Amino acid sequence: MSGTDDVEIPEVDYVSGSGVPIRGNDIDTDQIIPARFMKVVTFDGLGEFAFFDLRFDEDDNQKDHPFNEERFQDSSVMVVNSNFGCGSSREHAPQALMRWGIDAVIGESFAEIFAGNCLALGIPTVTADSETIQALQNWVDDHPDEELEIDVEAETVSYGSETIDVTVDDAQRKALVDGVWDTTALMKSNAGAVRDTARELPYVDSEAIPEAE
Amino acid sequence: MSEGTLYDKVWDRHKVTTLPTGQDQLFVGLHLIHEVTSPQAFGMLRERDLEVAYPELTHATVDHIIPTADQSRPYDEDAAEEMMSELEENVREAGIEFSDPNSGDQGIVHVVGPEQGLTQPGKTIVCGDSHTSTHGAFGALAFGIGTSQIRDVLATGTLAFEKQKVRKIEVEGELGDGVEAKDVILEIIRRLGTEGGVGYVYEYAGSAIEDLGMEGRMSICNMSIEGGARAGYVNPDETTYEWLEETDYFQENPEKFDELKPYWESIRSDDDAEYDDVVTIDADELEPVVTWGTTPGQGIGITDSIPEPEELPADKQDTARRAQEHMRVEPGETMEGYDIDVAFLGSCTNARLPDLRRAARIVEGREVHDDVRALVVPGSQRVQKTAEEEGLKDVFEEAGFEWRNAGCSMCLGMNEDQLEGDEACASSSNRNFVGRQGSKDGRTVLMNPRMVAAAAITGEVSDVRELPEAEVAAQ
Repeated sequence: MSGTDDVEIPEVDYVSGSGVPIRGNDIDTDQIIPARFMKVVTFDGLGEFAFFDLRFDEDDNQKDHPFNEERFQDSSVMVVNSNFGCGSSREHAPQALMRWGIDAVIGESFAEIFAGNCLALGIPTVTADSETIQALQNWVDDHPDEELEIDVEAETVSYGSETIDVTVDDAQRKALVDGVWDTTALMKSNAGAVRDTARELPYVDSEAIPEAE
Repeated sequence: MSEGTLYDKVWDRHKVTTLPTGQDQLFVGLHLIHEVTSPQAFGMLRERDLEVAYPELTHATVDHIIPTADQSRPYDEDAAEEMMSELEENVREAGIEFSDPNSGDQGIVHVVGPEQGLTQPGKTIVCGDSHTSTHGAFGALAFGIGTSQIRDVLATGTLAFEKQKVRKIEVEGELGDGVEAKDVILEIIRRLGTEGGVGYVYEYAGSAIEDLGMEGRMSICNMSIEGGARAGYVNPDETTYEWLEETDYFQENPEKFDELKPYWESIRSDDDAEYDDVVTIDADELEPVVTWGTTPGQGIGITDSIPEPEELPADKQDTARRAQEHMRVEPGETMEGYDIDVAFLGSCTNARLPDLRRAARIVEGREVHDDVRALVVPGSQRVQKTAEEEGLKDVFEEAGFEWRNAGCSMCLGMNEDQLEGDEACASSSNRNFVGRQGSKDGRTVLMNPRMVAAAAITGEVSDVRELPEAEVAAQ
């Protein structure tokens, strides 16, 4: 079996781009990507279905939604409110957002599985309090073409003449900044220790543990 | 930080090392896979020329897209057929056991694992499905993961994970008539909020939890994620062991039962365990809970009034207003009398045998309301078979329910079982999100299985305690 050393994992210490505000608490993964679009065996092409039912009516006419607005078409930083991404574990949700063009999300709070799925794609999910987020959403609304900059390591977001403090979960920050957010190769390199751990567990049959390579 | 809890002990036993990110690398004792979230992960393995490291600790079934009416192959829907074929190919190549429809063991992944004895106390269990928390009912540490993490588990048998805090939720007292495990968890979510559990694992304890059978415990652990908690568990006890003894694994390996029991006992939370938070709930106070809104936290007792958005915390008001508009409900009213078009009895929350038995007792001798489309979707082929042998199928069909084959079905509308237009559904499932049941204008009211049965009969949300139970001959 060949190694995974040839998989390049970029360091994500800094993300910049124009923003798009997605307002509302408890925006669940069924809203981010309705289940009917998950009947696919790859993630390719999910981008056009992001927020589909919020963007289109039953006759496919566009509804009011930032993802439909011309001025936000080049946006790459999404600004959201609390408990964003709650609900199912579908990675299809961040995959759809990423393929639409989102590189980072700033919000009041995130559902855990969603944040973990974002990390596995190298997408930072950074947080700030409600007031800060609302101010940022308003600014983004007024300045759709202007860039905001997320410094993942310093835990700051700069926009206009402002620089605000944000929070990036410790493990997420290290993983992104050091470029170890794709953990497959890293964990595979510990295969011996994994086998040792398995052998110590009374419920794991010894035949289920692979031979050393 | 917590100390001496089941969570701490199981974590320590499975920790391989601490990664440079500060996350722990955890060994995974059971990896359950299904057709929707695994094909992309197998694709990633192929791209990187990697193989499945622990195929014998991996188990597959098909549940999300499988039709529940006509299951003959190829499936009517091309996309469903493609996903099924892909799964068949992947498990064949990797040598992974597959509870497929021909085996008689197929079903919703969270019904299948416990049924076969794959789910055991003290195991770490993951699956690309947020309701993996269900398996915590057995004292396992079980949680949902995304597809890139499925790739990691397939390739390495491990997962990078951060340790969380532990909140003990003590449910003391006795559940009253008509009140079930489902009502307990809906009440917990209502009180602690849909994000109250973020960063926590929930330990469910107290006399009301101990009195529950395994199915009730599974219903509670199942919806931990609706409260924001990625995992929830109950300490294993005699009820757990009685279930395990009857499962395939321990029937086939009876010596394993005695061999493993000391381990199961050893991972129970210590009497003097330390928790990061403790919450107490009075079981005697509870009544059947129904949701009025579009998040599982928007629930009320059946005799309670729908809240005025202004009465709720500031950050919940907008969501409540939008939810009330979507559901077309008025603050100040109760949910009793809310017209329904569809009754769905199914899902990984409430489609096990006792769920169907209890609902059948309500249904027997009655008829489904003329304006209601009602369906029962058993959680697994085994549940289906036993229910048919017990005569439950006849009870439901005579009343006017459709009796289907096992699958996730209308819980998430990935097969043809979907709400249409603005239909309202009395549902024993777990999520009332807008669009969840397949129609973006559809309206979902979550409730326990007996309440679903009552709503199917009356055509509106009803208090099951006012419908006397009939005797089911087969009981």
